[in-house]
Amino acid sequence: MTDWIDIGTLSDIPPRGSRTVNLPGADPIAVFRTHDDRIFALVNRCPHKHGPLSEGIVHGHAVACPLHNWRISLETGEALGDDRGCTPTVAVRMTGDRVEIAVPMKVAA
Amino acid sequence: MDFHDFGPDMSAGALSVGAPGAARQHLVVIGNGMAGCRAVEELLARDGTRHRVTIFGAEPHVNYNRIMLSPVLAGEKTFDEIVINGHDWYSDNNIELIAGDPVVAIDRAAKTVTARSGRSVSYDKLVIATGSDPFVIPVPGHDLPGVIGFRDMKDVDAMLAAAAAGGDAVVIGGGLLGLEAAHGLSLRGMKVTVLHLMPTLMERQLDESAAWLLKSALEARGQTVLCGADTAAIVGDGKVEAVRLKDGREIPASLVVMAVGIRPSVALARAAGLAVGRGIQVDDHMVTSDADVLAVGECVEHDGQVYGLVAPLWDMCRSLADGLLARENPYRAAATSTKLKVAGLDVFSAGNFSGGDGCEDIVLRDAARGVYKRVVLKDDRVVGAVLYGDTGDGGWYFDLIRKGESVADLRDVLIYGQAFASGGGQADPKAAVAALSDDAEICGCNGVSKGKVLACIAGGAHSLDAVRGGCKASASCGSCTNIVENLLALALGDEVQAGAKTMCKCTSYGHDDVRRAIVEQGMASIPEVMQTLHWSTPDGCSSCRPALNYYLLCALPGNYVDDQQSRFVNERMHANIQKDGTYSVVPRMWGGLTNPRELRAIADVVEKYNAPMVKVTGGQRLDIFGIKKEDLPAVWADLNAAGMVSGHAYGKSLRTVKTCVGSEWCRFGTQDSTGLGVKIERMTWGSWMPHKFKIAVSGCPRNCAEATIKDFGVVCVDSGYELHVGGNGGIKVRATDLLCKVATEEEAIEHCAAFIQLYREEARYLERTAPWIERVGVEYLRAQIADDADHRAELAKRFHHSQSFSQEDPWAARAAGAESELHQPLLAAAE
Ligand code: SRM
Ligand SMILES: Cc1cc2nc3c(=O)[nH]c(=O)nc-3n(C[C@H](O)[C@H](O)[C@H](O)COP(=O)(O)OP(=O)(O)OC[C@H]3O[C@@H](n4cnc5c(N)ncnc54)[C@H](O)[C@@H]3O)c2cc1C
Ligand code: SF4
Ligand code: FES
Repeated sequence: MTDWIDIGTLSDIPPRGSRTVNLPGADPIAVFRTHDDRIFALVNRCPHKHGPLSEGIVHGHAVACPLHNWRISLETGEALGDDRGCTPTVAVRMTGDRVEIAVPMKVAA
Repeated sequence: MDFHDFGPDMSAGALSVGAPGAARQHLVVIGNGMAGCRAVEELLARDGTRHRVTIFGAEPHVNYNRIMLSPVLAGEKTFDEIVINGHDWYSDNNIELIAGDPVVAIDRAAKTVTARSGRSVSYDKLVIATGSDPFVIPVPGHDLPGVIGFRDMKDVDAMLAAAAAGGDAVVIGGGLLGLEAAHGLSLRGMKVTVLHLMPTLMERQLDESAAWLLKSALEARGQTVLCGADTAAIVGDGKVEAVRLKDGREIPASLVVMAVGIRPSVALARAAGLAVGRGIQVDDHMVTSDADVLAVGECVEHDGQVYGLVAPLWDMCRSLADGLLARENPYRAAATSTKLKVAGLDVFSAGNFSGGDGCEDIVLRDAARGVYKRVVLKDDRVVGAVLYGDTGDGGWYFDLIRKGESVADLRDVLIYGQAFASGGGQADPKAAVAALSDDAEICGCNGVSKGKVLACIAGGAHSLDAVRGGCKASASCGSCTNIVENLLALALGDEVQAGAKTMCKCTSYGHDDVRRAIVEQGMASIPEVMQTLHWSTPDGCSSCRPALNYYLLCALPGNYVDDQQSRFVNERMHANIQKDGTYSVVPRMWGGLTNPRELRAIADVVEKYNAPMVKVTGGQRLDIFGIKKEDLPAVWADLNAAGMVSGHAYGKSLRTVKTCVGSEWCRFGTQDSTGLGVKIERMTWGSWMPHKFKIAVSGCPRNCAEATIKDFGVVCVDSGYELHVGGNGGIKVRATDLLCKVATEEEAIEHCAAFIQLYREEARYLERTAPWIERVGVEYLRAQIADDADHRAELAKRFHHSQSFSQEDPWAARAAGAESELHQPLLAAAE
């Protein structure tokens, strides 16, 4: 089971930009809005040296990490081009104008 | 075909290797230059199994691109970058290279050649490719040390050594070679005089009007050009000191470059008894008067003609290779075209432009743009073209010349170029390239047609480098790179891999093209640019978007709406991101001055926000580290309250103005360097630039503010202010060039504003002043800024206009709450 969490409306996220979501007990999440108004979410941590992807330049369905310019696919979380690495993706859905993300339930310790 | 040549029954006992079954012929090549090695390449491409190859080279190098010696001299390329075939090529193809050991004799009867070292090698087939020797005018003093030609790497090394010592250079000869030498030497800091015997420069390639434009442009770059100058003697005691003209004038020189012409290098062939006229006489397959001896390149004479450009040599190499394999492919001389390889000066000529009976001229002059075009027609066919300033249509005219078809229908629009003539009216290079016929020649240097480039791309060459490697297009002088890139874009669409010159993989245009199009077509937004110029991605990438944002901002001060999403995070956050995702904050300290109030405010911020570190920067101010994104607005509010504003330590913009103590306190100070630095910083802060920009003002030549490694540096002296430009202390240290010296503070300030504006308008995004100046030449800047008071005033005015919109503290707006969401996560309330 996944829990869908309402994080706000489409217009809360700037086009070709992103916002962060900090949920207690979860990794910080970056939510991106692309040029074609698609929404994607990734764990806000670059596979390279943990740069905050939310602060990168969003282009196409990718984001350029602000620290060393790796390009990360928003669709898969994979590093593009010659770089190797992957950031976990977070499921997103739109309900009307609302953006919801699915935070995988934490396995009970 | 000569069956016995490679039949199993080898009669020529000279063969020394005999791998089983491989009765290979020994092909010996004299000359490891452009034609010699290309001939071998052509042969290997056809059939690599029949010959064992040995190449003798007089020069101690592998095969390099002689054409590119000019860019090496000018500092645009290194030797390694102009190597055509490196050592691996020789070893991969089992070619024995004997470099640095010239052949001194050919014994045709014994079929051997002997080198200077005494080494003797026998051949089955011999190819002579000894090129040309620079012609030396036999005036008194021509053999003094310091008098050289311009032919090989050794000459370039000699010129670089002379330039390092500084002083005056004289170049004798105002043709292609001479002007390229002069350009390089002047970029290397020498004061250069060009002596040309004829009344106009490059008279073999240019008509009078174009030659005159060229001469003025060279003079504007600080060269002295004397036409009708007849050299009488080179004078000097043990080494060259001056050149004396027949009219008595004497021009001082520590270096004299003779570039008056070349002579085919035929001594070896003549001594061997081969038929020699002006060059070594060859037939249509490059065979000399001895059936086993061939000759190719500039050393040959074919059908009464000798050569001085590479394009015809490539055709010769093809005929030679086919001939060696007994295939019919006779060499035929064709029209040639030339371009001058001097950065920023576009000169093209082709065919016959001297006119004459029955010829008509169509001329276009656009003085404001510095463009001159002349197309020569005969019986409704294009027979020649001269282009100055805008050479984009050179290939098209050249194609028309070679085709020789009637252009009666195009006549009215011919001079406006291909895009117009083909009805588009729009300057779209991709459409222009698409419209070219398949046999249109793209690369003049290597004789590669559009069809061949496309075939090469279709065969898997999907990048500029791959095309260069595959069919050689744009691999020599590089001036057709744009066309090749457009062909790649045309053939591959999105797949095209960016070549060195395109802005990024989203476009086939280079920075300069895009920028020109933005200004000329009055584009006003990033999407508009991408639409008009056919971007291959929906919204660009992290390379092109910041560049476009800057170009638009610079073109439309006050009117362009900045696109925050096209800025790097530091410029969006007005602080420097750190490896842990926190930020550092650097408030401006005008000219490095501070006071107790500011120091207290900084100290308070450090404590209040638990900043783990505060440090004095290399730019004379204080940097507060470890601030969280959420806290930035509050930090700025506190600093603002103490009167401090953003220091733009994060921006492609003015950084710091470093000063020293100056005349107010220092016992050596000659002027108020601190005061001038503060004034300059007040004038320049907040401006956006192609890259970061640093200034310093030192109060005397001891130069404690290190002004000579800054983008703009002032060194005060008793009589005024020395203005220095283009310094860089970063990855590659570069000391400044002296722009000029001025008497007053006001002039120093005006020069500074004008220099910055020229840099803002003309440099490419992410190009600091140092590489920019290396590219355009300090002479150009002097002409634009120091020597032309009106132009300087215009530039300064444009700078002040643009500053009137940019001197707002970005921190103040944020501190007041603007874009506060940028600093806050979503669901902040829920936390
Ligand atoms: C803070 C400072 C070091 C210090 O503690 O002293 C510094 C810090 C950084 N420098 Fe620097 N440079 C600092 C003075 C310099 C200087 C000295 C100077 O300005 O007099 C130089 C050499 C002079 C020059 O630029 O010609 C310098 C040459 C560079 C370079 C190489 C630039 C080049 O053209 O080769 C880079 C890399 C770049 O810009 O791409 C760089 C980049 C950086 C960056 C921005 C690295 C980055 O991208 O994150 C560092 C930011 C740290 C931060 O968050 O503040 N920094 N950097 C100095 C800030 C000066 C200021 O008050 O604004
Ligand atoms: C600075 C410069 C710029 C130029 N720019 C252009 C341009 O923009 N466009 C253009 O079309 N052309 C240009 N050219 C001309 C072009 O370089 C020549 O046409 C081309 O190099 C000729 O090729 P080649 O093989 O005949 O001679 P080379 O390339 O000169 O090769 C001959 C080689 O043979 C060697 N050699 C000579 N004698 C012996 C011997 N006895 N034993 C062993 N080796 C020997 C020489 O050392 C040399 O390395 C330029 C030339 C120069 C010098
Ligand atoms: S030299 Fe500059 S860029 Fe390098 S670590 Fe130091 S501050 Fe950072
Ligand atoms: S941390 Fe993202 S590229 Fe290095």
